[in-house]
Amino acid sequence: MATTDMQTTTFERHGLSDEQLRAIFRNMLLQRQLDNRGFQLNRQGKVPFALGSEGHEALQAGAAMAFNRGSDILAPYYRDLGLCLGIGLSPYEIMLSIFARAEDHNGGRQFPNHYSSKAAGLMSFSSILAAHLPHAVGAAYAIKYRGETGRAVLATCGDGTTSEGEWHESMNFAAIHKLPFVMLVENNEWAISTPLDKQMAQPEIWKRAAGYGMPGRRFNGFNPIQTYDAVKEAMDRARAGDGPTLVEGTCYRYLAHSTDDNDLTYRTREIVMERRKDDPVPAFEAVLLEHGVLTPEAVTAMRKDVLRETNEATDAAEAMPYPQPADLYKNIYEGAWEPWQS
Amino acid sequence: MAVVSSTSSTVMNNVEAVRATLYEAMKNDERTVILGEDVGARGNVFLITKDFIGEFGERRVIDTPIAEASIVGIAIGMAMEGLRPIAEIQFADFIYPSYNQIVGEAAKTRYRSNGEYTCPLVIRTPYGGGVRGALSHSVCIEALFYHVPGLKIVAPAFPDDVKGLLNAAIDDPDPVLFLEHKKTYRLIKGEVPDGHYTIPLGKARVRKEGTQLSVVSYGLYLHWALDAAQRLESEGLSVEVIDLRSIRPMDKTAILNSVEKTRKLLVIHEDNKFGGIGAEISAMVAEEALFHLDAPIRRLAAPDVPAMGYALPLEEEYLSSPEEMADTMREMVQF
Repeated sequence: MATTDMQTTTFERHGLSDEQLRAIFRNMLLQRQLDNRGFQLNRQGKVPFALGSEGHEALQAGAAMAFNRGSDILAPYYRDLGLCLGIGLSPYEIMLSIFARAEDHNGGRQFPNHYSSKAAGLMSFSSILAAHLPHAVGAAYAIKYRGETGRAVLATCGDGTTSEGEWHESMNFAAIHKLPFVMLVENNEWAISTPLDKQMAQPEIWKRAAGYGMPGRRFNGFNPIQTYDAVKEAMDRARAGDGPTLVEGTCYRYLAHSTDDNDLTYRTREIVMERRKDDPVPAFEAVLLEHGVLTPEAVTAMRKDVLRETNEATDAAEAMPYPQPADLYKNIYEGAWEPWQS
Repeated sequence: MAVVSSTSSTVMNNVEAVRATLYEAMKNDERTVILGEDVGARGNVFLITKDFIGEFGERRVIDTPIAEASIVGIAIGMAMEGLRPIAEIQFADFIYPSYNQIVGEAAKTRYRSNGEYTCPLVIRTPYGGGVRGALSHSVCIEALFYHVPGLKIVAPAFPDDVKGLLNAAIDDPDPVLFLEHKKTYRLIKGEVPDGHYTIPLGKARVRKEGTQLSVVSYGLYLHWALDAAQRLESEGLSVEVIDLRSIRPMDKTAILNSVEKTRKLLVIHEDNKFGGIGAEISAMVAEEALFHLDAPIRRLAAPDVPAMGYALPLEEEYLSSPEEMADTMREMVQF
């Protein structure tokens, strides 16, 4: 089992201010609250589907802190609620996606968690794993082509996606052209029901970096500060024009793959409970309390505020209208469209 | 419809027309980049981009690894981020690894983001047979893509159309699959107007007027159909030949106007018959103009086999011929 350095007496904050540490923790609380809300709404029969990111909170909150809003680009996958919150999406936007409302960036077309926001630098993506990675690399090429130093593309995926051919193709091209590209792998040990040992013979994904001629680094993704440090180092390197990096954060998927998955068919409750002992949310809370970044009263207030924000976002999004049937026919091409021209 | 800024013209073949148009696009727009296998120092396997790398540099003329999925995928990312990429798949047969990128990603980028992101991308690829290209350098791929909303597909036969339609494809705000029949590359020459012009996607062109039968075709077979129709003139038979030029969108008006005049329809294509372009055209005419018809619609297309073989008899058996086309046209006129 991975151990964290959070319980030790050394507290390396890697330049993060108290305010930033509190923002990371608040993001983690918000992720969990919104995650649970999606599952609750599904159980209430209000939404047909939800995806959870429980276990990824620290990794995503830490990585998001290394993202420069207004200049960097994020090419995420569908388990990146916290990253998307962390780069600027609001809980209301998240709930619009869960409720598939007209005002959602995707107009209610995509599954929940398939966020897109040009304003936030969040690239649209599909459910097809690794298909977004060449897009991220192409965007990185465009940045370099225009000589826009100081910008970088942060692309993410799970361990499962690293088996796809386009994962390899993207890494290879990014390395050849020394692109401002960071490949962040969120290794939660599960590709739906398939464990790591059936996905790869060599389970340390970061080691593949050497094969592409780029640096690789592995970190404990239950520790948001370590995550921030690793991702920031990689993003700074990319922004400086020094090329791509592969970073791998270890974490664990506490929930089933989605509301349509029963994980008890392939793992026991006991295994999950055992791994819950490392849950990054209470662990990071303890660290911040221990080092005086937060008081117990502040944590209570923060939890209350996150619940309030989630409730408000839920109610506001639920009250919004669905897309209209006529919206099915919009934005296929620019302008009106018929396959038969007359 | 063509907007021609010059009355002068130059004779060129289809390869030269592609090359001249790409050159103009690279000259005119700094956002344009070309990427694909062997497009740089080699100048493309048909020499279409010969010397481009020297003039425009390797940042704009990108020799990619042999990885078709990411050739298209990277081009999509470039397009989403403001460039105007022209991706090349070296032979249409190699497009299969990029099928998801084209169908699942490029065609749906605008749709799935509800218009926030767009994908102004051209994918060029040489297709078709008659060049002893065997199973993997001969295929027609249009039917595998024309089912897909979000894509546009162009397949010009003449060099003036190559230029006007490629310019339109490059200007288009959505992904366009641009199919170049490789047998016509050097076989077909014609006058190409000088200067910049575009031809709207989705407009067919009547290449030969006639009164007794409408033939709809495109690509290499369009030339063979024209040849066959000319032969029938000497027998006093009048056949109209329509060059589709665009496969998606397709020109309903041109087809119906012709069919309502001739009252007979023959669709000819090199791609397999089952589920091919001819099936859609036949269904449309049956729905829209059945009572104008004086004969059953017919399709002359490839047999239901995976591909033409390398051995000459296998290639010849797969392909039609101007003779076979003339025979079919004669039968239909005399029906």
